[in-house]
Amino acid sequence: MGKIELVGVEKAFGNVHVIRNVHLQVEDGEFVVFVGPSGCGKSTLLRLIAGLEDTTGGKILIDGTDVSDTPPAKRGLSMVFQSYALYPHMSVRSNIGFGLRMAGMPKEERNRKVEAAAQVLNLTPYLDRRPGQLSGGQRQRVAIGRAIVREPKAFLFDEPLSNLDAALRVNMRLEIARLQDTLGTTAIYVTHDQIEAMTLADKIVVLSAGQIEQVGSPLELYDHPANLFVAGFIGSPKMNFVTGQAAAARGAATIGVRPEHIAGSRTDGEWAGTVTVAEHVGSDTFLYVAVPGIGDITMRAVGEFALKPGESVYLTPDPDRIHRFDAEGQAMLAAR
Amino acid sequence: MATQQTRTLGRVLLAPSVILLFLWMIVPLGMTIWFSLLRYNLLDPGTESFVGLLNYQYFLTDPAFFAALANTLILVGSVLAITVIGGILIALLMDQPIFGRGIVRLMVIAPFFVMPTVSALVWKNLLMHPVSGLFAWVAGLLGLPAIDWFTNWPLLSIILIVAWQWLPFATLILLTALQSFDEEQKEAAEMDGTPAISFFFLLVLPHLARAITVVILIETIFLLSVFAEILVTTGGGPGLATTNIAFLVYAQALLQYDVGGASAGGIVAVVLANIVAIFLVRLVGKNLDA
Ligand SMILES: Nc1ncnc2c1ncn2[C@@H]1O[C@H](COP(=O)(O)OP(=O)(O)OP(=O)(O)O)[C@@H](O)[C@H]1O
Ligand SMILES: [Mg+2]
Repeated sequence: MGKIELVGVEKAFGNVHVIRNVHLQVEDGEFVVFVGPSGCGKSTLLRLIAGLEDTTGGKILIDGTDVSDTPPAKRGLSMVFQSYALYPHMSVRSNIGFGLRMAGMPKEERNRKVEAAAQVLNLTPYLDRRPGQLSGGQRQRVAIGRAIVREPKAFLFDEPLSNLDAALRVNMRLEIARLQDTLGTTAIYVTHDQIEAMTLADKIVVLSAGQIEQVGSPLELYDHPANLFVAGFIGSPKMNFVTGQAAAARGAATIGVRPEHIAGSRTDGEWAGTVTVAEHVGSDTFLYVAVPGIGDITMRAVGEFALKPGESVYLTPDPDRIHRFDAEGQAMLAAR
Repeated sequence: MATQQTRTLGRVLLAPSVILLFLWMIVPLGMTIWFSLLRYNLLDPGTESFVGLLNYQYFLTDPAFFAALANTLILVGSVLAITVIGGILIALLMDQPIFGRGIVRLMVIAPFFVMPTVSALVWKNLLMHPVSGLFAWVAGLLGLPAIDWFTNWPLLSIILIVAWQWLPFATLILLTALQSFDEEQKEAAEMDGTPAISFFFLLVLPHLARAITVVILIETIFLLSVFAEILVTTGGGPGLATTNIAFLVYAQALLQYDVGGASAGGIVAVVLANIVAIFLVRLVGKNLDA
């Protein structure tokens, strides 16, 4: 079991409030991802759950018991650190088994578990090496191995892939997803890479300035962002925001439309503009268009759309896919 | 880059400095070796004659030599033990976020700046003096008899003085190493529920291994030749109780005016220092290239 509940959690360092009144429910076996801009408090929130920081208010419940005053080791959670935090003078075997050794598990049993974990993570040939003799990806797997042998109630990951190169990141992402799926263990994962968030998560928690902006499945956040912040944060390239006349015409203070929900044409359409930059990447074409009276609009066309900078283009937003926001930046329900 | 020509040029350009350094080193050493083979006594000038290894034979069979050798090893070993263990403990304390940490650090470093002669005098006259010393006063407060340190515990007294001088150095190096201990590793250990004792022995101590090696190597070099502290306090006595090799060589040359014998002693000391150095590098050097 690994059900985690945050009730009105607060955290202040001195008089700087870093986490404000966070309520969150993480179900057993769920993969939850915290995303948000740098400095919004993702790591702090994770560390509060881990017990590495004390809360200044609110409660943290694991499987229904309040653990706010329980030391980290007693919470039954494992953490994978951004820098891996492997012990450099110990072999991979000792690193993975360290937690079990501290828990007083006999050597035989410990070795069996370590070897089983190494098997799962393809680390068997490296068990007797030191961390310094491993590649970045292998070190990452050792860090994960250290987390899984303890059979925790939940895994906590703090940007575990940010030290890896792009290709390896994709591989490890898949590996983590597969592993979490097989083990069925609850996972909380911090990242600011939204592709990671969208692909891994059952549930995404979008944070900004220490507060939860929205909680939902990846597609919920994509289709129905609750406010301007989430709308702008989820999706790449970013959603276009238009204020003024065009928004007022639809009864909103701001309207948003994603680049992929704009149709482009050489001949006719709602907004007439001039291409400023055109990026042709083969599978897609990204056009940056200056539209008089509207602003700069990004559009994405599937496949090749042969336009050059300086040429004129007509853009038509998909009316079903226009997001409307009120003056406070909150989404207005009943779109259209 | 490394063509035949540049290499030759490089050698030619380097040659003067290498030759100078070599002469700088080899001339005194050569002269010492030469003197060590002579009968050469300052009280008897003009009678120098070649005596082969006789000086060595005298020096090495002199019971004073073995006493001095033992004293040297005890002194070096004890001071190393005190400074390394004490240094680790103080560094652990100073790594805690305590009030006035900056001042404490400055005070801990201070003894290192006091020259050996002065610190030995301070210890001898202000601290360990059996009548007017601070220790005697404290003992008096507790109703205990005062200890005459340099009469009853001469070698221990020297060890204490030298250890006091070297403790700051060890502390400083170890503190620096301690502060470089990775914060996330600390937290990982916390998540694993590592008890403080295991944390220290399994994680902190291995992390400090390299720094400890450096402390041992550097201190050994200096401790093999402790001299001022002995000269100022005990003069090598009582008897030979505090005579180390360095002091023995001095006694040979300047108290007995025997330049030949002293030179032989000096060469023996050099050889011994090298043996200790090789031994140490073997023993702890593997920590340095890990
Ligand atoms: N020990 C601390 N003392 C004071 N302020 C802190 C401390 N730790 C974090 N903060 C502040 O709390 C805020 C949130 O920090 P946190 O590390 O949680 O951000 P984050 O969302 O993880 O950012 P990133 O994506 O850059 O890792 C930051 O403004 C940071 O300056
Ligand atoms: Mg962070």
